[in-house]
Amino acid sequence: MDVAWYLILSAFIFCIGATGVLVRRSPLVILISLELMLNGANLALAAFARMTNTHDGQVFALVVMIVAACEVVVGLGLIVAMYRSRLPMDVDEMSELRN
Amino acid sequence: MEIAVFWVAAVMAVGGALGVVLQRNPFYSVLALVMHLIALAVLFLLLHAEFLAAAQVIVYAGAVMVLYVFVVAYVGGLEDPLRDPHPAVRATAPLFALVLFVELAIAILGSSLKAIDTHGPGLSAGFGSPAEIGQLFLTTFLVPFEAVSFLLLVAAVGAVVLAGRDEGEEELVSQASPSRHKPGRPLADDRPVF
Repeated sequence: MDVAWYLILSAFIFCIGATGVLVRRSPLVILISLELMLNGANLALAAFARMTNTHDGQVFALVVMIVAACEVVVGLGLIVAMYRSRLPMDVDEMSELRN
Repeated sequence: MEIAVFWVAAVMAVGGALGVVLQRNPFYSVLALVMHLIALAVLFLLLHAEFLAAAQVIVYAGAVMVLYVFVVAYVGGLEDPLRDPHPAVRATAPLFALVLFVELAIAILGSSLKAIDTHGPGLSAGFGSPAEIGQLFLTTFLVPFEAVSFLLLVAAVGAVVLAGRDEGEEELVSQASPSRHKPGRPLADDRPVF
């Protein structure tokens, strides 16, 4: 397959993830949609590594995976803390920091 | 053969991604994400990124997804409410994503990269193997490697601090709750049981 197909697919996955971040209201699903965006970027990095015959893209993709794992850990910790504090699980209603 | 595998994996990846966004129950979203991640691992294999594919399945589809399932089970169903306070914003979001996709597609296909329309060059024997990646991590990319390991440590400590139940927390919550909730809003007691 041409490298361009992989790049188009990665752009499509990224856009689906962006839609999820914008449309959904549960913070949990927004985190999952963020994972989709990161994975779309990972696919593009792996495709470019294949295209240039170097490993740099793959190393970058691994670093992105680790950063995604950190983001998940902190994000899920925040969600559990929100649940414990009985805050509403809706990003539209979470405006405690305003004013 | 390669083309057939690519299309099957691509359809599975896009289907999983759409499932994540369209399912109203977060548990099904997580399951759709697992399917998406496994399809992506197949695509990584097609790109000769064997170590990346293995890490994707073990770390992502294994460990991270288990974390998600635990939190979904702990927090509960949390389906999105049907009543939408900002319908105009929700309606324009897919339009925005479509415009973004068209723009990215123009940028990819209109780029002057010669190799983008090719299969990719012929590869050396060990391309994408753990030995090659590990050697790069310990020589060229040593500083990012150490930085990322420190980031993991900070994230682990942060998660314990955020989610840990300490002694004073219950009183803090009971004091803080009246001011955090507006009078008319119900507290989270009527949360659906998962």
